[in-house]
Amino acid sequence: MITEATKARFAREVAKYPAEQKQSAVMACLAIVQQEQGYVSQESEAEIAAYLGMPEIAVHEVTTFYNMYNQQPVGKYKLNVCTNLPCLLRDGGKALEHLEHKLGIAAGETTQDGMFTLQQCECLGACADAPVMLVNDRNMCSFMSTDKLDQLVEGLRAAEGQA
Amino acid sequence: MSAAAQVLSQFQATGVETCFHDRHIEPQIYAGLDGKNWSLKDYEARGGYQALRKILGKDGGEGLTQDQVIATVKESGLRGRGGAGFPTGLKWSFMPRQFPGQKYLACNSDEGEPGTCKDRDILMYNPHIVIEGMIIGGYAMGINVGYNYIHGEIFQVYERFEAALEEARAAGYLGDNILGSNFSFQLHAHHGFGAYICGEETALLESLEGKKGQPRFKPPFPASFGLYGKPTTINNTETFAAVPWIIRNGGAAYLACGKPNNGGTKIFSVSGDVERPGNYEIPLGTPFATLLELAGGVRKGRQLKAVIPGGSSSPVLPASIIMECTMDYDSIAKAGSMLGSGAVIVMDDSRCMVESLKRLSYFYMHESCGQCTPCREGTGWLWRLVDRIHRGDGRASDMDVLDNVAANIMGRTICALGDAAAMPVRAMLKHYRHEFAAMIRTPNPQGAGSA
Repeated sequence: MITEATKARFAREVAKYPAEQKQSAVMACLAIVQQEQGYVSQESEAEIAAYLGMPEIAVHEVTTFYNMYNQQPVGKYKLNVCTNLPCLLRDGGKALEHLEHKLGIAAGETTQDGMFTLQQCECLGACADAPVMLVNDRNMCSFMSTDKLDQLVEGLRAAEGQA
Repeated sequence: MSAAAQVLSQFQATGVETCFHDRHIEPQIYAGLDGKNWSLKDYEARGGYQALRKILGKDGGEGLTQDQVIATVKESGLRGRGGAGFPTGLKWSFMPRQFPGQKYLACNSDEGEPGTCKDRDILMYNPHIVIEGMIIGGYAMGINVGYNYIHGEIFQVYERFEAALEEARAAGYLGDNILGSNFSFQLHAHHGFGAYICGEETALLESLEGKKGQPRFKPPFPASFGLYGKPTTINNTETFAAVPWIIRNGGAAYLACGKPNNGGTKIFSVSGDVERPGNYEIPLGTPFATLLELAGGVRKGRQLKAVIPGGSSSPVLPASIIMECTMDYDSIAKAGSMLGSGAVIVMDDSRCMVESLKRLSYFYMHESCGQCTPCREGTGWLWRLVDRIHRGDGRASDMDVLDNVAANIMGRTICALGDAAAMPVRAMLKHYRHEFAAMIRTPNPQGAGSA
C-alpha cells in the first residue's frame, strides 16, 4: 500500500516534468518505493502505474531493465561490491570474497537472519576510491579494505542490536 | 541520524584523496575546492555566476548575444568531455534556435564508464559550476528547460545537486526572468538506477522519458528529435563545467591553456596500479609521464605494463607507447586509442591481460541492452571465449574466432556499445597475443573443431 506521504514524494518528482509526461518520474517513484519497502512488488508497480497513468507492463519493463531495482525482497542491508576492472586491480575481488567468508554466504545470497544481501555489481563510478561498495542503493562506501569491511559489518550488526 | 546511518557515514568519501590533493596543474573546475565550500555563497566568492551576469548584461556590460556565446565556445576549442570529443561550440550551433516549440537541454552525468569518476567530484564539490554552465548553454541555444541525468549509483551526489538547485532558484539564478532579464531557465535533476547504456545519449533520453534505456537510431539526431521528440542538446557534466571559465576569460585564453584543437584543462581519473589514484585536472597536451607522476607513479616495486587511456572501451596501449604520448585527443588517437572520458586505468607488470579482458568482456555482456543481435549475442561470445582461454580450456583457433566475433560486432549495432565491447578485445589481441597463446594449451584433438 502506498501511503499519502509516499505520494507526496512522488508528486515532487512528477512536478519536474511536463504535465503530459508524468511517466518520466517512474524511475524516481520506483526508487522511492524500494527505499521504503525494500523492494518493488507487483502491487507497487500497479500502484505506480495507476498514479502515473501508464500501463503496468511499462512500469515492469523499467523495473526489470535497470540493475538496482530489487524484484524480490532482500536483506535489510544490500551490499553491492564493485568488481569491475579498476576495482579488481585494487582488491575489489578480494573485498567480495572477504564478505562471502565473513557473512558465510555466496554473492547473490542473503544471510539467514535476513540482515545482509551480498551482490557483485558493475561500475559504481567511484573508481579512484576502490575498493568501493554501495549499501542500500544510496550509501557509497569508499576504500573498503578488509578491516573497514569488518568494521562496517560489525557496526551495522551492533546498530541493529545483534553485536 | 540513525545508528546505522552513522556507521555508514564513516565510510563516505571525503574527496581528500581524489580531489583536494593539490596535485592539479592550473585547475579551473577543481580550483580552490575543499569539500566544505560547495554552496552558492562559496561559489560566488570564487567568481561563480559572474559569467552568467556577463552574458545577461548584469555586470555593468552590454551582455552577449546568443551568437557571441556560441562563437566564444567555438573559439575556445572545447571538445565534449564525455568521450566523443566533439567540438561543443559546433554542437551548440546545430540547435535550431528558431524552432517555435519547446526545446531541451540535457546534461549527461550518467558516469558509468569503468575508470571514470570525475563528474562525481565536480557535482559533489562544485555543483554550481555545472548549473551555471547549463544556464549559459540554455541561453545560447534559446532553451528554457534542462535536466541533469545523474548516475543512479551516486545518490548522495544527486541529493547534493538537488540542494544546489534549490540554492540557485532561491538566489534568482534559475527560474523565470533570471536576474531580472527576459531569459528564463528551469533545471531539474533526474537519477538513473543502474544501467551503463544510459550514458549513451539517446538511451539517456529514453530513460528520461521513463522507459527502458535502449538507444535510438540516428538520424534523426537529438538536435532535431530529442527528449519528447523535441530538439535537444546533450553535453557531459565536465563540458558544461568548463563553460563559465570560457565566458569569463574568453575563448582564446581557454585554447591557450591546452594545445591547438585541444583547448583547456581536462580532468583525468587515474585508477588501478598507481600509488595515488584520483582525479587530476591538467591542461590538455600534458605528457602522460607527468600525469603518472602526479598520481604517485606506478605501485611501489612495479613497472608500468599498460594503460587503458580513456575508459574501459578505449583500446589498451603498452607502456612504451603511452609513455611517448601527451594527454590530449589528437595524441592518444594517433597512438591508436581514444582519450574518451579521460579515465586512465593503469596496469603494472604483475597483471594478466587475459584476466583483465575477461572482466571487461563480462561487463559488456552484462550491460548490452539486448536490442541488436550482434551486440546481445556477440558480447556473450566474447566473454565465453576469453573465459575459456583463461580457464585453460582454450583452443588454438580461439584467438582468431575472438577477433572475428569482435570485427563482426563493430559497425553493426545501433549504438557504440558494440564497438566499445569489441575494441578492447582487438587491442588486447594486437598487443598481448602472446599472453593469450600461452594460456591456450596444446590442442586437444577431440576438442578441435568449431567454437
